[in-house]
Amino acid sequence: MVIDWGWIAGHLDDIVAALWQHIVLVGIPLATGFAISLGLGIWAVRRPRVYGPITAVTGVLYTIPSLAAFALLVPVFGFSMLVAFIPLTTYTLLILFRNIVAGFQSVPSEVLEAADAMGYRQRDRLLRVEIPLAVPLMMAGLRLAAVTLIGLATVVSILGSGYGGLGQLITDGLQTFFPTKYVLGGVLSVALAVVVDLLFVRTERRLTPWAGARATGAVPA
Amino acid sequence: MNEVARWLADPATWQGGTGIPVRVLEHLAIVAASIAAATLVALPVGLWIGHTGRGATLAVNLANVGRAVPSYAVIVIVLPFSLSFSRELGLNVIPTFLAMVLLAIPPILVGAYAGLREVDRDLVESARGMGLRERQVLTGVEIPLAAPVIVGGFRTAVLNVIATATIGAVLGFGGLGRYILDGRLRGIGGTGELIGGAVLVALLAVGVDLVLAVVQRWLSRRADPSLGPARGYRDLPAIPLADGAP
Amino acid sequence: MTAHAATQRAATVEFEHVTKVYGPGAAVTGAPAAVDNLSLSVPAGRICVLVGPSGCGKTTTLKMVNRLIEPTSGRVLLDGVDAATRDVTELRRGIGYVIQHAGLFPHQTIAENVATVPRLLGWPSARMTARTGELLAMVGLDPVTYAGRYPAQLSGGERQRVGVARALAADPPVLLMDEPFGAVDPIVRERLQDELLRLQEQLAKTILFVTHDIDEAIKMGDLVAVLGAGGHLEQFGPPAAILASPANDFVARFVGTDRGLRRLSLLSVGELPLAPVATCHVGDDGPSLRQLVPEGDFAYVLVLDGDDRPIGWIHRDRQTDGVVTPDDIESDSPLLDRRTTLKEALSLLIDASVQTGIVVEETGAVSGRIGIADITARMQGADRSADRSADRSADRSEDRSGAGPAGDAEP
Repeated sequence: MVIDWGWIAGHLDDIVAALWQHIVLVGIPLATGFAISLGLGIWAVRRPRVYGPITAVTGVLYTIPSLAAFALLVPVFGFSMLVAFIPLTTYTLLILFRNIVAGFQSVPSEVLEAADAMGYRQRDRLLRVEIPLAVPLMMAGLRLAAVTLIGLATVVSILGSGYGGLGQLITDGLQTFFPTKYVLGGVLSVALAVVVDLLFVRTERRLTPWAGARATGAVPA
Repeated sequence: MNEVARWLADPATWQGGTGIPVRVLEHLAIVAASIAAATLVALPVGLWIGHTGRGATLAVNLANVGRAVPSYAVIVIVLPFSLSFSRELGLNVIPTFLAMVLLAIPPILVGAYAGLREVDRDLVESARGMGLRERQVLTGVEIPLAAPVIVGGFRTAVLNVIATATIGAVLGFGGLGRYILDGRLRGIGGTGELIGGAVLVALLAVGVDLVLAVVQRWLSRRADPSLGPARGYRDLPAIPLADGAP
Repeated sequence: MTAHAATQRAATVEFEHVTKVYGPGAAVTGAPAAVDNLSLSVPAGRICVLVGPSGCGKTTTLKMVNRLIEPTSGRVLLDGVDAATRDVTELRRGIGYVIQHAGLFPHQTIAENVATVPRLLGWPSARMTARTGELLAMVGLDPVTYAGRYPAQLSGGERQRVGVARALAADPPVLLMDEPFGAVDPIVRERLQDELLRLQEQLAKTILFVTHDIDEAIKMGDLVAVLGAGGHLEQFGPPAAILASPANDFVARFVGTDRGLRRLSLLSVGELPLAPVATCHVGDDGPSLRQLVPEGDFAYVLVLDGDDRPIGWIHRDRQTDGVVTPDDIESDSPLLDRRTTLKEALSLLIDASVQTGIVVEETGAVSGRIGIADITARMQGADRSADRSADRSADRSEDRSGAGPAGDAEP
């Protein structure tokens, strides 16, 4: 198999541009999706009755393959960027919602009771106790969403919107029967996903100093 | 919407080598084949890791990698190799098939591993203590109790694989994804095909997942008869929880 | 923080016809109540224990003080002020709350946990640090070691101590404790109980303590409220009164058939009159022992060593010649000090070969002896006094045994 390294060297800007495009394609839906699902999650925790319908709907949406989802939105949005952003945001939402709610549910009830008894008002309790303790699962959800999104974003280029990030490299390469391009696109996508995954693992650990602490030389009471 | 209706109403859509029934079968066939192949590799390994507890870090890392890797990327990375193998199959089928197998292995393996891990250790020990042999403990106690989670792993695998097969159309594979691609290529006139294909894919995916969800529910009931009636996707969403098990 | 300042920081707690009913039929009479028309009054600076079987409403009652649960009817008053009229957040910041499993915030350090209420109240950080260190030391945890740790790194007993420190941080006038020592093993539990009692000696807070363990109630409470099924108050009074005169069958059964023994744990050796002990030293003349103890009396002489510490008993007629040596000791006896409870003393004496206990001072010097007969005589005297004290109102502050010395001519 012959990789044209010369081509790679000569087109570094294009490659970097594609990479950057991909990051934007992932970053915006991730942020938007997180904001929306955080709101929905808090709502679902306060009103448990909402949880069922939301989960049911998001569950069904999740099973739809991304290419089909993109295609289904074409009549509404044409082949613009929105055709990509909407499904990407939605997938983020689906993954994050379930994990955010799980995060809130992981806070032990006696901690909540103690917080109430100490005199925390509801908003303070949310900000100072519930959210910090929900962070581990939320971060895990964000990590999963980010990584999944990187994969989903590669498919955007297939419908030919012209804004496909690394997937564009792949699709162009395929259409021009140019292995270097499409293999490069593939390898970079995988690399990006792995790097992002590791970054998130690092951040998770940084944000939860109490999770690493195990009984170290505890003196018996 | 009218376009879709028009496309569906056209008898040509249903006939011949590119008709809907054929495409559906193509899609299902490759899904079934790849899942079968993946199961042959992943299930025994996952069961072994879960039963003995050894190699757990490998399983967890595999799960992470499996979730991270984009299916489109895998297809194209495999492509140059498969092309050198066979010009035609190497384009149309093999890359897609290989990618599907590779992507199906992690969820099945992790599902088996996590399912077995969750089984109450006390139950396993008392089974051993009653004189059941290792294999009987595995098949009689652990697997029935772990079945719901194992099937959950299959569910994730099937979803991945259906999506990958759809993308495989880019390389010329058949299946329902072709309608989306072909419809796109035809421009305005192909809108009906584009959206119709997408609808079919969505229906296929949701339908298969629903069947698996019912199976999963039935197995959960068998493992724990005290479970109440299911309330649709509320109890068994396919969306993964980020803490490990599918 | 002086004891004087502390007693000013203790409030009275009163329940006036407090009722709690759950469910849509809350206004309907005859619906089963969690708490049923409870009225009792806890004086400032006292420990009041709410005890009863599960479902008797003791936790519900407790939670109505800091309004985690609101009463269906009736009032809860702190220092005469209806809790319902106060802002609930401000109310809770002025009440300490300790629960089983502590409920510490896992994501905060021990120091941050302890300083929770002061931080909510806006204390300057220097004051918070000082107070945290003081409190941790008070509950027996070295601040330097523990302040920076996370709850996951502490044992269950240590976490409970932090929970108590956290509850006391803003020096609240009332402390609520809901089965605080229920989740730790018996050895740790006993230690924590003793430490709380020691703390209370210093701080004199008004404490409402919920438990299902009658022994804990007897040990901890100045006043005990026994609650029965349906949230009904069965009896309220000092522990001795509950044990000596249970108000009805339920209380009698709840206390258990060994309540006599339990009452023994409320009295100590120091309250008994001590009989004199004849002593001799190693090396004394053997036959002379006979003169030390007159006929018809307790026929043993206590042998002491060179430091005047007791070694054992020797019968007065034992040695007809020679000197007393340690090998002549026939038997041993339990050593008791004035603070040993009569229950412990009794169980030690029953086991001993010579059923007499030697009472020693802190210096080790022998001050006298007691026997089983002394204990039973004291119990009969206590019976009479306890019957009379059960009639008195629970508001009067009395010492924990609830009775004066035996033989007192009470008005």
